[in-house]
Amino acid sequence: MKQLLMGNEAAAEAAIQAGCRYYYGYPITPQNELINYMAVRMPQVGGTFIQAESEIAAISMVHGSAAAGGRTMTSSSSPGISLKQEGISYLAGSELPCVIVNIQRGGPGLGDISASQADYFQAVKGGGHGDYRIIVLAPSSVQEMADLVYDAFDLADKYRNPVMILGDAQVGQLMEPIEFRRKPKETFSPKDWALTGAMGRKRNIVKSFYPVKGQLEEFNAHLQKKYRKIEDHEVRYEAINTHGADVILVAYGTSARICKEVVRKSQQMEFRVGLIRPITLWPFPKQFIRTISGRATCILTVEMSAGQMVEDVRLAVEGRCAVHFYGRTGGGVPTSLEIMKKIAEIVPDNLVAKVHGVLQLVEAK
Amino acid sequence: MQTLYEKPKAMFDTPTHFCPGCGHGIVLRLIAEIIDSWNIRGKTIGLAPVGCSVLAYNYLDIDMCEAAHGRPPAVATGIKRVHPDHFVFAYQGDGDLAAIGTAEIIHAANRGENITFIFVNNAIYGMTNGQMAPTTLLGQKTVTTPSGRDAVNCGYPIRICELLAVLDGSSYLERVSISSPENIRRTKKAIEKGFKTQKEKKGFSLIEILSPCPIYWRMDANESMKYIDEEMTRTFPLGVVKDWEQKKSG
Repeated sequence: MKQLLMGNEAAAEAAIQAGCRYYYGYPITPQNELINYMAVRMPQVGGTFIQAESEIAAISMVHGSAAAGGRTMTSSSSPGISLKQEGISYLAGSELPCVIVNIQRGGPGLGDISASQADYFQAVKGGGHGDYRIIVLAPSSVQEMADLVYDAFDLADKYRNPVMILGDAQVGQLMEPIEFRRKPKETFSPKDWALTGAMGRKRNIVKSFYPVKGQLEEFNAHLQKKYRKIEDHEVRYEAINTHGADVILVAYGTSARICKEVVRKSQQMEFRVGLIRPITLWPFPKQFIRTISGRATCILTVEMSAGQMVEDVRLAVEGRCAVHFYGRTGGGVPTSLEIMKKIAEIVPDNLVAKVHGVLQLVEAK
Repeated sequence: MQTLYEKPKAMFDTPTHFCPGCGHGIVLRLIAEIIDSWNIRGKTIGLAPVGCSVLAYNYLDIDMCEAAHGRPPAVATGIKRVHPDHFVFAYQGDGDLAAIGTAEIIHAANRGENITFIFVNNAIYGMTNGQMAPTTLLGQKTVTTPSGRDAVNCGYPIRICELLAVLDGSSYLERVSISSPENIRRTKKAIEKGFKTQKEKKGFSLIEILSPCPIYWRMDANESMKYIDEEMTRTFPLGVVKDWEQKKSG
């Protein structure tokens, strides 16, 4: 049965379906629908909802519930996620599974409350202190928000690692009809490392402190090995018309929705535009982009930032073709017309006429 | 032959890293004794702090979790919500609890979290080589108050028990010290009362323990104990500050 839900509500309901019973949050726009939903639903399913005194406290409560073996989640938006970075580093360092939802808004600083993708660096490059990675999933629809939040809990448990859902104000507040396709989760893999009281067993410790010389380096080597395993097994992306494309767009989340419009319009004029939409931002689909770039004329990365993911695209491409960037910042959302204009600037001369045909089509709309 | 005193079972037989004359070893031992006598090793979860006592999990043979600076009350909250019938306690120093973690302890108390907090107050930052703590006494010399703490520049020592007492969510607050065998026995009783508060689901309990740091107080062990009795207790008077049992009977 389809339901009309907002992205933020879908994330909350999907978490509950995935067995999350410990939610800790602090209000911040544009993710308030998520915390509000949890306040109503968590008591109904016998779960815990706490409106924490701060983002730092909320992520620390997540730390405690994760250490105690519970499925746990917090959510916030950009300035709030900055505050949570202390806890995220500890969670990664303590190898604790949890889900963190970031519905991004414009920044830096207080910024504004409209959609942005400017937290990409913070999400995929660590964000807090130390050598660590978190799995970052980027939904571009309400349905995908639900599906990815559900998956995020399993991925978190599988790798004992925090997972972030990196959305933005548009995906968070958009309403679309969706379906909860998975069965509500009832059985979970045992967590023999969790803190449950040392009844009849050796005690467990959840920590990230390794003061004896050499121990921390060994632990970091273990973490890096785990991260390579995640890179080998968990890359997800959507590829549309990438085969034989004249121009390939790379975009995620809301930007990718707009890029899809460009792909559709171009098809009508027989101009071949492809789209690579990374679903996991870390691990990044660098292998696929690398392969495609050997055959492409040029790549255009589209983001709601001053250019963050484009750096990972360039690293993947390693000079095999030209990589261009179009971005809007501070809450600005790229339009299909702007993207087409940018494409007109970057394509070889023989394709300019075709691009102008598409441009007229887009403008006519 | 009757054994009067032995190593608690909940404590590993390992030398501690604490400085000579430090109070942490005594307090950790008291906790281990209580876990033994209450037979609750299987349903106790402890929170290790940052600072000198971060290695508490090297000494206590129970499930333990680490928390970031000041965050044990929030982490403990997350644990307790998963295991509401377990004994959860957090072990915190004065920097952890009264500076960087002030918000967390106030709100855990205000929510009436059914958790016991062991607050070891030695009025100084030991781990980082003797800087001023929020609880440093007026006039006390530390490396960051080289001419003595001056209220005009640094404010006043924070009295945590009195501060938390005004919150409706706090149930049991007592300040004790470990300056003498008699005071150590009182400290043990106070910690037991904290555990009893949890057992009976009466809410938030905190035991503030005045404890020596001879190295950074620049004193020997005996002088340190005397300093607790004669100087610290003037700013931090010993005794029960709030007690749910007394409230009931009174």
